[in-house]
Amino acid sequence: MAEIIELSGEQKGEQLSCACVFGGMSDFESVPVDRRVMVIGGGITGITSAIDLGNAGYQVLLVERLPSVGGRMLQLSETFPTLDCAQCTLTPRTVESGQHPKVTLKTSCEVEALTGEPGNFTIRVRQKKTYVDWNKCTGCGTCIQKCPSNGIAMFERDAGKMTAIYTLSPQAVPNKPVIDAERCRYLTRGKCGVCAKVCPVGAIDYEQQESFFEVQVGAIIVATGFDIYDWKKKMPEFGGGEIPDVIDGLTFERYLSASGPSAGAMVRPSDGKTPKEIVFIQCVGSRNPEFHKSYCSRVCCMYTAKHARLYKHKVHDGQVYIFYIDIRSTGKGYEQFIQQSVAEEELIYIRGRAARLYREGDKVIVQGADTLSGRKIEIAADLVVLAAAMVPNEGAQELAEILGLQSNKDGFFIEENYKLSPVESGRPGIYLAGCCLGAKDIADSAAQGSAASSKAQVFLSSVRRNKQQEAV
Amino acid sequence: MKYSYFPGCTLYTKAKKLDDAGRECSRKLGFELDELPDWTCCGATFPLTNDYHIAMSGPTRILADTKDRGDNKLVTLCSVCFNVLKRTNNVMRNDEERRSKITDFIERQYHGEVDVLHYLQVLRDEIGFKVLQDTVVKPLAGLKVACYYGCLLLRPVKEIALDAMENPTIFEDFVRALGGEPVPFPYRIECCGAFQTVHSMTTATRCSRDILRNASGNGADLVITTCPLCQFNLDDRQAEIVQSDAAFKTIPVVYFTQLLAIALDLPAEDLGFERNLIDPLPLLRDKGLVS
Repeated sequence: MAEIIELSGEQKGEQLSCACVFGGMSDFESVPVDRRVMVIGGGITGITSAIDLGNAGYQVLLVERLPSVGGRMLQLSETFPTLDCAQCTLTPRTVESGQHPKVTLKTSCEVEALTGEPGNFTIRVRQKKTYVDWNKCTGCGTCIQKCPSNGIAMFERDAGKMTAIYTLSPQAVPNKPVIDAERCRYLTRGKCGVCAKVCPVGAIDYEQQESFFEVQVGAIIVATGFDIYDWKKKMPEFGGGEIPDVIDGLTFERYLSASGPSAGAMVRPSDGKTPKEIVFIQCVGSRNPEFHKSYCSRVCCMYTAKHARLYKHKVHDGQVYIFYIDIRSTGKGYEQFIQQSVAEEELIYIRGRAARLYREGDKVIVQGADTLSGRKIEIAADLVVLAAAMVPNEGAQELAEILGLQSNKDGFFIEENYKLSPVESGRPGIYLAGCCLGAKDIADSAAQGSAASSKAQVFLSSVRRNKQQEAV
Repeated sequence: MKYSYFPGCTLYTKAKKLDDAGRECSRKLGFELDELPDWTCCGATFPLTNDYHIAMSGPTRILADTKDRGDNKLVTLCSVCFNVLKRTNNVMRNDEERRSKITDFIERQYHGEVDVLHYLQVLRDEIGFKVLQDTVVKPLAGLKVACYYGCLLLRPVKEIALDAMENPTIFEDFVRALGGEPVPFPYRIECCGAFQTVHSMTTATRCSRDILRNASGNGADLVITTCPLCQFNLDDRQAEIVQSDAAFKTIPVVYFTQLLAIALDLPAEDLGFERNLIDPLPLLRDKGLVS
């Protein structure tokens, strides 16, 4: 049985081991190695893998680098093609992953190194500083209410602000806060300390150090997800991020979301007015082999139609224009969703690309082409939403090096065989799922999460069988 | 510093002011434009068509002449010449098959040894905008300038590699070095109508009108350009624009070398402003830049 190894030697004595800080590790450590799996990435894919494995009786360590699980889906408002609330469908899963007797969450953690062999991997994990002793914290939220620092929040994608001590959402799992060291007044300027004063249990620990621990697992599932193409840096023709009323689709999700910064009110960033003319541009950075990404990001056609519909539900007299190349709606019920959107919401689909965006007064001028009529088009929009390409999440390349995974020129991991071994990495015992393999929607991601968990179980069963045969 | 210089046809005729001012300013800035003897047509746009081997023989000869006189840099002022020479040079440098075809035909040896530079590049990369700023005698204080790039100075970006295609800054940096104020100008890389001016003047007029309206709308006092064709369209088409739109506010369109000459305090009467349809002199007098 593996020991939890506390590696940060200089903090010995004062620093509690991670197992003690977070609890739950002792359960994990008490089962044989080949009944344990590590899932890297706590989005819908990783959560699905973890719960499936847990239900099958395997002990799971779910490692997430953010302070809580849920991933990108937590940022979404409603999901296609059913328009059900993303949080309502996701939250039962995140809660289950947090309460599952077989699943141990390790948030604010990143994988540092891998040794050992399939069936008996040793993984070194870095526990990042949270500045909050979660063992003491009751999750009462007083610190968040009293925190005087308010600033840019990565999770809100510039759409709203967050306090320096925060949880990612009101339904965060685990629902315990962390401190953003870059925005914390005490940690940057040495003055403030409000959260420490108001915390009823003394859980704030400004001196907390990062620590490391090692675990042994039989198999690994990688589900590190995606990010949005850096259009602000790479596409100056769309204003390079300088035009406030040009935002990407994920940011628009935050505006649409009832738990977002505008509490679901349809406003635009520059002046908080309700946009009446709104332009959506698809394939921003996708399907552009000469300068950007050559692949199709697969979800943009659908989520743009969804955005348009949700917008019309909020702004009945608004007009929607959508620039598209062609509509790719290949999932179950997807084409019907598109047709219904066009028919019911009077969306104007313009077949062509937008060439340039610029600001004129309080309008954003969209210059583009209608390639069906062969005409140049100019629209004075109140808000422009870019369906920017999906790219691998930050850090995927480093993880590929640590785990010995192959990735393609765009940084997506390569599966053993796209058709017949779609979740195998080519390294026995390591499985891949979700958007770290390539752009896909929630349905496909969850399916791959389950597929990867199933493949991991098959692998671990065969390991045990071999051991038993050796013993005989 | 001495550079081989290729003026091109227009700079001897319609765009003489671009050439004159460019040469005068270079002397002030401490470099010399040494005109290639017996230069021929750059090929204009012909190398951009499908069968361009024959059309690249002219520009290749020009480049080989530069090499044979012992120079490794060739400077141009005209955007079209720059585009054609630079792209031909890329072919000669990188495409062995086409290179041998062309060099066999013109019976010269040339492998792309020369660097083709635009005058603006010389100012930015060889002289330096900082030095330019220090050399300015009469800063263009209070002059709001719309920097019009057009197409050929920047595109295709992978071949031309002078500046970013969608968000270039060289022209604005140049104006700042002269003490002027570049205005935001979204239409700075839109098409001026180019050769449409020959067979569909209404198209060229419409293009020019949109560009100029955008410049004026953003508060520009005048427009600068590097390209004789852009200057021609943007300036001369204003005659038609005012006929169809009485509210149109005319705006002078000058070459960047003319503006450079003003900032270096060269005599305005030598700058050929009388050739402009919209005379920039009243504006320049108003701003106290010429007497």
